[in-house]
Amino acid sequence: MKRYVQVENARMVFNTRQGEFVALRDIELNIERGEFVSLIGHSGCGKSTLLNLIAGLLLPSSGNLFCAGREIAGPGPDRAVVFQNHSLLPWMTCFENIHLGVERVFGATEDKAKLRQRTLDALALVHLSHAEKKYPHEISGGMKQRVGIARALAMQPKVLLMDEPFGALDALTRAHLQDELMKIVAETRSTVVMVTHDVDEAVLLSDRIVMMTNGPAATIGEILDVDLPRPRNRLALANDAHYHQLRGAVLEFLYQKHAHKEAA
Amino acid sequence: MQTRELKEMLTTTVLPPLLGVAFLIGLWGLLAQTSEALPGPLKTWHSAVELFSDPFYRHGPNDQGIGWNILNSLQRVATGFGLAALIGIPLGFMIGRFRFLDKMTSPLISLLKPVSPLAWLPIGLLVFKAANPAAIWVIFISSIWPMIINTAMGVRQLPQDYMNVAKVLKLSEWKIFTHILFPATLPYMLTGVRLAIGTAWLVIVAAEMLTGGVGIGFWVWDEWNNLNVEHIIIAIFVVGIVGLLLEQLLVWLAKRFSY
Repeated sequence: MKRYVQVENARMVFNTRQGEFVALRDIELNIERGEFVSLIGHSGCGKSTLLNLIAGLLLPSSGNLFCAGREIAGPGPDRAVVFQNHSLLPWMTCFENIHLGVERVFGATEDKAKLRQRTLDALALVHLSHAEKKYPHEISGGMKQRVGIARALAMQPKVLLMDEPFGALDALTRAHLQDELMKIVAETRSTVVMVTHDVDEAVLLSDRIVMMTNGPAATIGEILDVDLPRPRNRLALANDAHYHQLRGAVLEFLYQKHAHKEAA
Repeated sequence: MQTRELKEMLTTTVLPPLLGVAFLIGLWGLLAQTSEALPGPLKTWHSAVELFSDPFYRHGPNDQGIGWNILNSLQRVATGFGLAALIGIPLGFMIGRFRFLDKMTSPLISLLKPVSPLAWLPIGLLVFKAANPAAIWVIFISSIWPMIINTAMGVRQLPQDYMNVAKVLKLSEWKIFTHILFPATLPYMLTGVRLAIGTAWLVIVAAEMLTGGVGIGFWVWDEWNNLNVEHIIIAIFVVGIVGLLLEQLLVWLAKRFSY
């Protein structure tokens, strides 16, 4: 089960008006099944680009990407994405938003009752059964993001890709959703790749933290193993020496070794 | 409702528009006092009561009730407008979706849009050799531009996020259209439709004055020839009220489909 997601020598070049822009180079990354990996780095380091490569929304200029042994040639529901700004379709209820994905993945093999049940289960998983018939504009930002997560999980993806999923939320809501995500991931044993710029979030949630150097031509600087036992509790970790040590390691990478040029 | 709330509602929402109408009628009454030709509000009112007591009579092709005139105009607008929607909206979708088509049509639209719709009337008469289709043609040409332009704008402004969702879910082209493209564009489309119905209703009066037949525009012209000024004033109110109702209908429709 090793090397569930594989990135081999990936390079991403964008053609801009000012000529070629090398966003990523020499990316080598292997992710195991059931692993939670965070991508962290300063803005413009290409972490979202790397996530989009795994999602298949972008194709690498050179190099190869594989998911479960198959080459990634485009986007697909086996690599569900939770977008930063939830991206729920505003003209559909929460139920319909989730059902759209469920129908796409399981519609050919399962009957309507089963599809409906899958959708309701996904809503229950994120504790939003009561919001089934609500439209996105009728619920809070945190709830929208939970629907986004439910939509992704309901498709039973091989990998769950999250692009700064809690970036737009206030600190309390964010903490609450992080706790919920930890529980859901433990329950569903999902493989997760998450882009974040929040050091605490990365250490709390991840099995490994991929730290990226600054762009242009960014690459992976270091990979940190987060060997904190699970289940993790944010209150207990607040006084945990090893947690602070790991946190310190990420901070050191970000603010000493690869301090942002503008910030320095 | 409490009396205080009722009072407040009366003074803030009911009173101002009533005052505005009263002011207009007052001004009109004053003007009518000074002029022999202009009939006053009361005289016009009596004439209107008489006119609307039998709106659907028919005394030959050139003397029909006000109801028939309004309905005929509305029918022309509906036909021209419907044809414009049938062609303009799909065209707008295609222009918004394909850059090549956008670049191809944009000089044509920029060139033709500012032309007064009535300038197209002779072409209509020439091609159709009849007044009624020519009037419909003018409505068609005047209402097609806002529909094309607004629909295309709606498609162009489709957030990339929604398309990413479609890509990740690998939705079929048909599902993308019905579940994402169409609902996302609908509010823009309805704005276009609302603008179009406004112009169409503006233009029909002028077009009918030129083409004749049964219709509110020609009716105004006919009453001018009869020097029946009361009826002309009534027609102005009728055109205004019908236009207002059409607009409100579409505002209501747009509200139902906004999210």
